[in-house]
Amino acid sequence: MTMAGLLERRAADPRLGGIIKLAALAVGGQGGGVLTSWIEDVARSNGYDAQATSVAGVAQRTGATVYYVEMAPKGEASPVFSLMPAAGDVDIMIAAEMMEAGRSIQRGFVTPDRTTLIASTHRALAVSEKMVPGDGIASSEEVMAAADIAAQRFIHADFDTLAVKNGSVISASLFGALAGSGALPFPREAFEDAIRRSGKGVEGSLRAFNAGFAAAQGTLLEEVAPAPTAAPGLRGPKRQVEAYQALLDRIRRLPEPAWAMAEAGLRKVVDFQDIAYGAEYLDRLGRVAAVDRPPHDLTREAAKYVANAMAYDDIIRVADAKTRAGRHERIAREMGAKSGNLLQVTEFLHPRAEEIVSLFPARMGARWAASPDRMALLGRLFDKGKRLRSDSLTAFLQLYILGGLKGWRRRTLRHAQEMAHLAAWLDRALALAPRDYDLAVEVIRCRRLVKGYSDTHARGLSKFDKVLDGARMVEGRPDAADWTRRLREAALKDEEGKALDGALQTIRSFV
Amino acid sequence: MAERSFKAEVEHLRLGEGEVFTGEGILAITKALLESGVGYVGGYQGAPISHLMDVLADAEELLSELGVRFEANANEAAAGAMLAASVHYPIRGAVTFKGSVGVNVASDALANLASSGVTGGAMVIVGEDYGEGSSIMQERTHAFAMKSQFWLLDPRPNLTSIVKMVSDGFDLSEASNTPVMLMVRIRSCHVTGSFTCRDNRPPAFTVKDAVANPRSDFARVVLPPMSFAHEQDKVKNRWPAAERFIRERKLNEFFGPAAGPDGPRLGIVVQGGMFNGVVRTLQRLGLADIHGQSDIPIYVLNVTYPLLSGEFLEFCAGKEHVLVVEEGQPEFIETQLGSYLYRAGASVALHGKGLFPLAGDYNGTVMLDAIEAFLRKVAPQTLPAAVRAPNQERPEIPDLSKTVPIRPPGFCTGCPERPIFAAMKLVEKELGKHQIAADIGCHLFASLPPFEIGGATMGYGLGPAANGAFDGGGAKRPIAIIGDGGFWHNGLSSSFTNIAFNKSDGVAIVVDNYYSAATGGQDIMSSRADNDTKSTKNPISRALKGIGINWVREIDRTYDVARMRDTIREALTTPEKGPKVIVASSECMLNRQRREKPLVAKAIKAGRRVEAPKFGVDEEVCTGDHACIRLSGCPSLSLKRLDDPLRDDPVASIDQSCVGCGNCGEVADAAILCPSFYRADVVHNPGGFEAWWAGVRSAVIGWLIRRRTARRLDFGGVQS
Repeated sequence: MTMAGLLERRAADPRLGGIIKLAALAVGGQGGGVLTSWIEDVARSNGYDAQATSVAGVAQRTGATVYYVEMAPKGEASPVFSLMPAAGDVDIMIAAEMMEAGRSIQRGFVTPDRTTLIASTHRALAVSEKMVPGDGIASSEEVMAAADIAAQRFIHADFDTLAVKNGSVISASLFGALAGSGALPFPREAFEDAIRRSGKGVEGSLRAFNAGFAAAQGTLLEEVAPAPTAAPGLRGPKRQVEAYQALLDRIRRLPEPAWAMAEAGLRKVVDFQDIAYGAEYLDRLGRVAAVDRPPHDLTREAAKYVANAMAYDDIIRVADAKTRAGRHERIAREMGAKSGNLLQVTEFLHPRAEEIVSLFPARMGARWAASPDRMALLGRLFDKGKRLRSDSLTAFLQLYILGGLKGWRRRTLRHAQEMAHLAAWLDRALALAPRDYDLAVEVIRCRRLVKGYSDTHARGLSKFDKVLDGARMVEGRPDAADWTRRLREAALKDEEGKALDGALQTIRSFV
Repeated sequence: MAERSFKAEVEHLRLGEGEVFTGEGILAITKALLESGVGYVGGYQGAPISHLMDVLADAEELLSELGVRFEANANEAAAGAMLAASVHYPIRGAVTFKGSVGVNVASDALANLASSGVTGGAMVIVGEDYGEGSSIMQERTHAFAMKSQFWLLDPRPNLTSIVKMVSDGFDLSEASNTPVMLMVRIRSCHVTGSFTCRDNRPPAFTVKDAVANPRSDFARVVLPPMSFAHEQDKVKNRWPAAERFIRERKLNEFFGPAAGPDGPRLGIVVQGGMFNGVVRTLQRLGLADIHGQSDIPIYVLNVTYPLLSGEFLEFCAGKEHVLVVEEGQPEFIETQLGSYLYRAGASVALHGKGLFPLAGDYNGTVMLDAIEAFLRKVAPQTLPAAVRAPNQERPEIPDLSKTVPIRPPGFCTGCPERPIFAAMKLVEKELGKHQIAADIGCHLFASLPPFEIGGATMGYGLGPAANGAFDGGGAKRPIAIIGDGGFWHNGLSSSFTNIAFNKSDGVAIVVDNYYSAATGGQDIMSSRADNDTKSTKNPISRALKGIGINWVREIDRTYDVARMRDTIREALTTPEKGPKVIVASSECMLNRQRREKPLVAKAIKAGRRVEAPKFGVDEEVCTGDHACIRLSGCPSLSLKRLDDPLRDDPVASIDQSCVGCGNCGEVADAAILCPSFYRADVVHNPGGFEAWWAGVRSAVIGWLIRRRTARRLDFGGVQS
């Protein structure tokens, strides 16, 4: 084949270097469109040709969307701009959320030779992260690490908080960061003028712009966190304080690696019930410590999960939490209520017959729970949603009285059930400890599976039982602890326990 | 009221001769229509041309000043049928909808129109919803243009070229008595730029003139024997006329060195819409300058149907290799060009698919890889040294594919559809899984996690029809979901008369959010808004009664999850035979907020009493099981990690964006989840007595709290 007559290479058009390519990745509703139009405006009013594109449509309904701007100094003819960003060919990448920054890196829009990455470190969690029963939140650290490698310059801050604090939305603080980054050849005033010309929410936008600008330049004054008030003061009746102090002293007799956790645990159980209950907690930890050995994981984990098991979520605890000092003020703060405003708070409660019976004395409760007729009667009487206006006197009093039933709690069916469950679980772990220490630790950690209320609680308990049954199957094997950990993690993956059933199936295939 | 208002922008549509317009593609197209003397416009909304409908609606005043009729058509078929006005009358008309789905719906009308032929210019502006950002099945409109003989215009994606093509397109349509399609891709619709305007031109012959002077001609009617004559006319007269016009008016363009014995022996043929992508790639390879002047000859098909054999062969003269850049499949253009070369006995090697992927959009990476591979194969010396032998070490960028979660679209904060699907989920827990057919619209997001309700969609308005095979009933009733947009688009006729006529024993749920919400909140028949030019406030239930469906339940507040659940359960279990329809109505929250927010702010400012609701979570009560999220997926209901060593899992947390729709509380109650949720209503400007009584209550409550606090240990506000 002849190549004669084919063109030869020439030097690339030096003017091509003048095209600035800017992409923005945002979640629907973050104002990506506004940001794009400001950027276009800055460019056009400073002697540049500019072109912006975006993807409209359903993607804007909370999905991830990409905006794209190209600009070049005005010449004798119009430049030919591209309509979408290309991997390896983006000068400025703005990511309005941390995982979107990750996505931009994944898509190749951030490259070490040229890209300034401006990213907000805040998270807008995706549904897939939120719906797992355990902790499914994606790792921002991994994205940060990747960004450090992928970007030529990496500018990051929580631009969402900066914007909200200044009464604006993230598009404004990101626009400030873009100006502050110096990545566009326009003076700061040009950016501010673009905001002014847009004419909507100008003041808030300018404040957020300022904050974003300063953050990008590294001159934002970090708000100094209030110095920790020297050991949060323990207050209360003198006798209780002294008794609590004595309990704290008992913690020092536990292995040191468990101290911090035991202190948190003690606070939780005493707050849940009383000093005597705290003493019981430490008795249990004492039993654990007696069979423990370095590195003392067993006591530390028991300090955590025994506290959680003892401070179970009953009606009394919920009612107490909803009638505590400081709650009203906290809600008012979160809702942004101003002086002169009133605050009405509605609680959504739905006690079932089971919850009512759980408050009965243990023996009587057990009898009632065993009788379908009586349960049906209770169901008719109580099983309906209650909306309590806890700012009203009657509703508050109901909750207040319920929350004050601590003296009664130890006699209830619920308490008896919880204590029996706790004892069986702890005894099992302690019995395992001499034979397979690691497995004992894993069995302790399985308590994490028990959480939630009503059906969710029941499902948690059944998963707990399944995992412990699985642990029994692998008991004696050298990898028993590892399998138990895997079972627990599988149980936290989905609601129905499909992953857990799969893992159990695997175990059955080899035992 | 549509989601986005163009009231300010439509003022630019009044610009006159020589003035420069700067703005978005859709506005430029509208301006071009007015400059072309269009007599009537219409269409049906859908991305990416939803905003074109919104612009037209917002420009109605200007349109009527010019004597232009605007019709918000009931669906694409109605829009296509409206072009009938150009069959007998010398009136230019344009309608817009999305491709390929809108073209599917309109195809009956379009085929009849193309057979009859047109007197006035008729143009369909198709928003080609293909590639990244698309929300539909991936197909090409091209096939429709070919099968019915519409000339397909695919201009270079800059405002000047698009505007010019609108006006040329009308001329072409009239010169060849053939309707034309102007294809604009997703990004072209919203691409910004500038062009120089001409004056707006009122139509010489208006639709009012036409109804005053009716015409008819049976030769235009699609009936035998005229239909056979139409087909002959298409190929013998209309086609050659179009070819002549396209060549004479130079609708296709050439860039780069001219063809000839000394010219380069390779070239690129490209769809107009792909031109900028090709130029960018050549720019990156050092083969084109900033203005698109290319070292490689480029033949730009601004008209992709018909393809001009003569023009193409002249471009190929003296060339050894030609690359066809044609996005999507099947590759109609490449196949046709190959056939031209074969018939001409040419020895030119044709490249295209193979170097380019068969399917998917041609993004920057695809374009670079394919054109680079083409040049490497046929002219490696043209490539920069760095491309020919890359030796630059690139740092390894960590793989984030396992880290970054996908983020598909979903229900907005406070969406009234969320509680409907939460209720369906609860019914599913009671009665087991059911056969569910979905439709088109926001409700389709329910097929994604966390709800995962609905397995298939067969098209707009076709949800209940898609359950036709199950109309006979069985152990469990089939359920169909359809939106109010789908109901009026095609659902009443295709779905509801179908289930009524066939005495279906199924359940249909109509999700009525007062708008065609997914397409941007346009008004429809059952919208509750006052609309001066459209008939609104026509209840869906009355339409259902009218076609003999008697089991109809109306729920006027979808957030009542318990009632929603009970109604769905009743529909699934009632012994009554025949179709059971639930009309679940609450206003689209996006639109409601847009409407109410300014009013609320104004009321607060004016000192009137306003209750502003928002939800919250008691974090010490929440156990971090996330059951609430699995029944919600609301963007404002998120998670936060607590600073508490005793807690493993993040707890639920509601952020500032909560609009207090009520779903969280209703679901917590109906599903008996947990007592963590509370609703807080901030009362602005409370009345005097109200404030006094609140003070009394708060004093008593404060005393009670202090009394208890004094008797217990206080851990310095640190609660575990």
